Order: sequence, then structure tokens, then C-alpha cells
Amino acid sequence: MNFTLKIWRQESASSKGRFETYKISNISDECSFLEMLDQLNEQLVDKFDKPVCFDHDCREGICGMCSLYINGRPHGNDSGITTCQLHMRRFKDGDTIVIEPWRAKAFPILKDLVVDRSAFDKIAQEGAYVSVNTGGIPDGNAIPVPKVKSDLAMDAAACIGCGACVATCKNASAMLFVSANVSHLALLPQGKIEAKERVTKMVAKMDELGFGNCTNTGACEAECPKEIKLSNIARLFREYYVASIS
Amino acid sequence: MSEIKSKIPQGPLADKWTTYKSTQNLVNPANKRKLDVIVVGTGLAGASAASSLGELGFNVKIFCYQDSPRRAHSIAAQGGINAAKNYQNDGDSVYRLFYDTIKGGDYRAREANVYRLAEVSNSIIDQCVAQGVPFAREYGGLLDNRSFGGAQVSRTFYARGQTGQQLLLGAYRALNRQIKAGTVEMHNRDEMLELVIVDGKARGIVSRNLVTGQIERHFGHAVVLATGGYGNVFFLSTNAMGSNASAAWQVYKKGAFFGNPCFTQIHPTCIPVHGDYQSKLTLMSESLRNDGRIWVPKKKEDAEAIRKGTLKPTQLKEEDRDYYLERRYPAFGNLVPRDVASRAAKERCDAGFGVGTTGLAVYLDFSSAINRLGKKVIEERYGNLFQMYEKIVDENPYETPMMIYPAVHYTMGGIWVDYELQTTIPGLFAIGEANFSDHGANRLGASALMQGLADGYFVLPYTIQNYLSADIRTPRISTDTPAFQEAEKSVKERIQRLMSIRGKHSVDSFHKKLGKIMWDKVGMARTKQSCTEAITEIQALRAEFWKDVRVTGTPDELNPELEKALRVADFLELGELMARDALHREESCGGHFREEYQTEEGEAKRDDSDFMYVAAWEYKGENEEPKLNKEVLEYENIKVAQRNYK
Repeated sequence: MNFTLKIWRQESASSKGRFETYKISNISDECSFLEMLDQLNEQLVDKFDKPVCFDHDCREGICGMCSLYINGRPHGNDSGITTCQLHMRRFKDGDTIVIEPWRAKAFPILKDLVVDRSAFDKIAQEGAYVSVNTGGIPDGNAIPVPKVKSDLAMDAAACIGCGACVATCKNASAMLFVSANVSHLALLPQGKIEAKERVTKMVAKMDELGFGNCTNTGACEAECPKEIKLSNIARLFREYYVASIS
Repeated sequence: MSEIKSKIPQGPLADKWTTYKSTQNLVNPANKRKLDVIVVGTGLAGASAASSLGELGFNVKIFCYQDSPRRAHSIAAQGGINAAKNYQNDGDSVYRLFYDTIKGGDYRAREANVYRLAEVSNSIIDQCVAQGVPFAREYGGLLDNRSFGGAQVSRTFYARGQTGQQLLLGAYRALNRQIKAGTVEMHNRDEMLELVIVDGKARGIVSRNLVTGQIERHFGHAVVLATGGYGNVFFLSTNAMGSNASAAWQVYKKGAFFGNPCFTQIHPTCIPVHGDYQSKLTLMSESLRNDGRIWVPKKKEDAEAIRKGTLKPTQLKEEDRDYYLERRYPAFGNLVPRDVASRAAKERCDAGFGVGTTGLAVYLDFSSAINRLGKKVIEERYGNLFQMYEKIVDENPYETPMMIYPAVHYTMGGIWVDYELQTTIPGLFAIGEANFSDHGANRLGASALMQGLADGYFVLPYTIQNYLSADIRTPRISTDTPAFQEAEKSVKERIQRLMSIRGKHSVDSFHKKLGKIMWDKVGMARTKQSCTEAITEIQALRAEFWKDVRVTGTPDELNPELEKALRVADFLELGELMARDALHREESCGGHFREEYQTEEGEAKRDDSDFMYVAAWEYKGENEEPKLNKEVLEYENIKVAQRNYK
């Protein structure tokens, strides 16, 4: 297969970016999207040009590091996957593919397609944890947890922190990410004790770091590679109001 | 530099760890504040160690090359974590977990370490539950278990097919809590490139900020490596693209011994290779072997027809299928250990019964489980894995059997450590996959997560105090001292040398060539000849790399080509050591299969009289042969036998 690629190139955080056009040919349809970019980079190295920088690591859809905006959609034109799981068979021979970084004020571009997502870590550091030290813990079966609650907690905990929800949101809101963290712990007895403090602090941090608010458009849910549900945001609101009136 | 002293405590096996903890030296709270510890790596071992040390009151600096500590490759572990809880009332115990692990490792692991691992396994589950890890549960609200290879009990705890993710996020939460509390300082996108030794002790590291390219110096009273394994020597593996051996290799060159480098694990159930552009291999969890049955066609003509695409696997009658694991190993069936399952797959494919377009694949079939349990149950157990398979291969595994083939997955070998997890360099510790200690020649499924968290939560926070207690009067050493300056200078020179070659071939092209040599000659089957050839070929490739590699860009910017070049330069040396180790070990054991040493049935044939030891290699200088040191393994509590899964 042959493609025309329009890729965002930007030297550094402070410099001005632009689209560059590249041609690439003889790509197998079994090849993954990132393997297609690997081949482009080999071509660029061949010409002593600088390869395109993009984040990636596990290449099996779980580390959350890959992050491309492809033809106007985070992680490309397929559902329930990350960019590294996208395969070229999803495109048509001769397609033009536009590749951009995540764009959000809270995720500044570092270079080309690489952005700084440390804002997510900063929100998590505000309270996305249970305050237990290592050791001195009761038996794992001491507190039974209803399977339904535990399964819902797992659904929320499946978030990989990739930032697609922020990238696709017209307000660059981090609400789905924050709500997944809040929901996961609020649903479990272990997390209940600090639930109020947690939600208050995490929401305050999210606002402080420049993420927008939620206007219920639901793009985040539609684009989330792990299909995290919008109902987590409803639970976040509930937790937040309970915390603010009690 | 130092001699091998494993420092195993005296006394009965079951009392050793308790005795150690009761008599070791501790550091009092006021002194902990004065002591700095560097942890490199934020996977299960690194994150759990750093958070636990932070809670105790030490000052911790932790480093990862990724953009966040939550990305470490522990996150990709799928199936589960073992513990000897015996919640299922099926006869499990600490001793049985210990026994299975030693046997699974083909009697090449250290008894005392493995017993301790089994002993603390139960605390890990308690700890993770308290952190909010959403383990799978029964309808009554209690924790659920499943089976893994090499065990006849159900002792594996899991969180769907994302156990590693959930355990890592548990450790990440504990780490975040300490970062917020100010006891841990986090360095993202910051890669260790050199160890700093002052007066014979590890006292810091030199690292490169991957965004700015700036070279940094960091002091620590002790340094802990939690940098994972070196499977990426093979280029294609289930490891993350960035997983590397550079930190481990740099400390080896500074005097830390390297234990059993040839012990690599080839995982039997991975998605087969499909093209030369391929960048990595994807694992399909071992848990699938609970319900999936492995087979190839019984007749060669059927296998050929399938390869040509004229016959579909679903059309093949039951009596025309060879469930070769069930046939050869009736007692363990599809749940034999990984090394056994991998070799059996290779044997069938080499004999001409393989499927897929390349003939290098076997089937993992769920049809009988779906008939027995219904599609919904299978979906609940493995839904995310089936989805992952379908996205990659474009076939629906509910309808047609999965195709799988073995791939490099884990390295049992690693930095040699004593009972305290300290290397042969005083003050330098190695934990998790980075060390060699617990899995012998083959790791059982669901034991890597157990070992990473055991080391990080429950072992290192104790043993490191025994070392640091002697250091309470050591003031922080300035990073402007000669040892730090020299370490920085050597890093800068290495980078400069790489950048100035400006050769014709990309870093990846060298890495792929190295991977091919390793897979063909030091892979699933090895011979004296193949290992000898590998050494010569790697030496030639290394010389070519330093003459002809092309690294684009500059050192003062975000430059993935430079990052890769630094890592591949180290892999090109480590690969040779692996081949040397494989060559010297004239026996077959676990994942190390020397074709010259096998039983009549084709099973691994150990040589306990000559090789029941850990090979701890000592660096002797560039282009010098490394020195072999031996730690003899003594089994006082287990009867050493031939592994039998029949």
C-alpha cells in the first residue's frame, strides 16, 4: 500500500510547528501504524533527516504512552484501541493520512508528536490512592467486596492515562480521566474512607492545571481506547457534591 | 573485585528470613532522614521499593525513561500473581509454592531466596487489596483464583487479563502518595547511563534528561537497580520498545557480577511473526492455557493444505488433530511449564506440522471450552485478550482457533545478588527481573509479579537497612567530586563517539541483525557450534556498528535515535556474554536447551554433578574474556530429581 502522510513537525516546545508532507510506499496491510512510522523514519535516517519523534513503548495497547491524533481522531479510525494497535488494513491504498499531536493547553508539545502529560501524574498525586503503608495489613479476604462493585471498579481502573479523552474534548477536559480514578476507589470499601478529600483535591488540581470543564458531549467516551464509561463522570459529580455539602 | 558470598542465614529453611529480620541492623527514624537512596526503574519492583522506603523515612530519588512511572513494562503482564493463600482448599502451602518454583526453575535457583519469596507471597495479596487493586472476585465477595503452568493447585490471583496493570497502578498510587509527601523525588524521561563509585561503594548515578539531553549527576548513599530484563537483545520480544539492559550492563562493567545470562524464557503463546518490518511480538497470556487446547494436524498433508489456505482448521475432524501436550504430558496437559510447551511447539513445527502461512505456528483452540462453558464465560475470562488478538490478526478467535508461536519474553538471568539482594558492588542492589535470583533456569507463570513486589515491598526495605546502618555518619557526597566528574566525562565521550561516526546504517538495522543472530544461534535450541559462531558474528557486528552506525540529530535534544544507539551498543556486548554462558553450560536445563544434551524423549538433560551452580561472570576489560565465578547451589530441603510433568 502507498500513502501520503501529513505530519506535524515542531523542533521544541518554544518553536513554531508546521505540517510536512511525506510519501511512503510498499506498506503491508498487516503492518501496524507505528511500524509504518518506523519505516518512514528509516527513510528519513537514510537521507540524514531527523526522524519524526513520537511516544510509544509497550506496543500492545496497555502502557498508554502512544498518543497520535490521526485524521482528526485520537488513536485513529477504530474503536477500543490505542494507536499501536491500529493496523494499516484500516486504511485504503493511496490515502492521505494527517498525523498530529494531542492538542491541549495542559499537554504542551515537547517535540513533533510528543507531548508532556505530567499534568495527569500531578492530579493523581493529589489523592488517587489509599493511604496505607507497606505491611501490617489484614488478610485479603477480611473485607468481602460485592462482585458487581468490584467489576465496576475494574472497569474504571482499566484507564491507561493516555489522554485521548482530553485530546478529543472540545474543552480539553480531563473529566473522564479524573472520574475513572475517583470512581475506581469510591466503589471499593478500601477507598471509601478518603473519598471526600480525594475528589475535592483532584478536581481542584485539574482546574488549576488548565483543563477545561465538562459539557456532556461524550466525545471522551466515544474515543477512549479502554471504553471507560461516561457514567463515571456522573459518579464523580455525585462524589463531588456529597463532599461539598457534608 | 569481590568474591561470591551469598550470605544465606544459618538455621532451618523456614526460619531463615525470620532470623535475619530479628537480628539485622536497622536505621533509626532520625537517621533515615539523613540517608538518600536512588532507585532506577518504576516497574513493580522499583515503584514498590521506592514507596516503601519513602514511607520508612528515607529520601528517595526514582528514575524512569518513560513519560510517567505508570508506563513501566510491568504494566503489560496479563495473567496473574501467585500466592500460597490456599483459599481454594486444594492443598497449597508456602512449602508447595517454594517446591513448585524450585522444580519449575529446573533446580538452578537458590533455596533460601525462593523460600522467602513463597513466604512473603501472601502479604503481597493483602497489601494490594488494601491499595484498592480490583482483583477478580467470586459472587460471595471473596477473591477468585485460577491455575497456571507448572502447578497442580489454583493459586493465581488476577484482575481480568490486566493483572500487571492493576498491580503496577497499585504501586504507582503508593509512589504518588510519597511523591506528594515529599519523601520521593520523581525523575521522568531521565535515563541512567553510568554508576558512580566512591571508595569502592556505589554512591550515585549519571543520567541523561531525555527531553533536553542534559547530563545530570545524582548522589545516593545506596543505589537500587530495578531496571527489568534484557529480552530486547533479541530485537523481537514481548518487551516494550524501550526496555533495555544499559543500567545493568554499565554496573557489570564496573564490577557487578552477571548471573546466568543465558537463561532466557521463550514464552509459548505469542502471536506469530508476520513480516520483517515487525517491531515487537505480542503475548497471549498463559492463563489461556486453562481453557485453550493446543494442537497441530496429525497428518502432514493436512498441515500443508492449511498452510496453502485450501483447508480450514475448523474443518479438521477431532481424530485428525494432535493435542501434542496432552499426548506427551498427561499429568499437566496444556499447563506444562513454559520451556516445555515452547520446545514442544518448535518440535512439531520443525517436523513439518506447523500451521499459518509460514508454518511457524500452532493452534490454541477454545471450541471445547466454549461448548462446555458457553461463550459468555469465556468472554468474561479472556475478553480483552480475544479482542487484542482480533485487532492484530483480523480473525475472530471465538470462531477459529488462535495461532500462536513461542517468543522471547523474560530473562531469568540478571545481576548477581546475595541473600540481601546486594550485588558484588557494596551499596548497589538489584531487584525484580533485573536480578538473577529466584527463577533458576525457567520462571513459572505468575511468578514475575510475585517476585517484583516481594523484592520491593517486603525484602529490600529490610535488607538495605542492614547496609545503610553502617552509613549513618556518612555525609552526603558532593556531585562535584572527581568520581562524579569522571563518570559524566565517560558518558559524554560515549555519546560523542556515537554521534561522530555518521556511518551508513541505522541503529535499528544493527539491532535487527543482532536479534537474528541471537534467535538463530542462542535461542530456543543451542549447540556448541551455534554458540561459537554467535560469539564471532556478534564481535564482527559490534566492530561494524562502531564504524558504520548512523545517529541523526544532536545530543542536546529529544533524540530517540541516540537513545536507541546507546542501548544497542550495550546489547551488542551483552549478547556475546549470553552466548559465552550458553556455550560453557554443557547441559540442558529449563529455558537453556543444548541440543547435545537431551533424553531419548527429547527432554532437557541436566548435569547436576558438573553444573549445579550459578555462573556469575566478572568483567575483565574491553576485548578481554570475562572470568567465570561459581556459586555452588546446595539443596538441603528438596530432593533434586528430573523434572517430570508426565
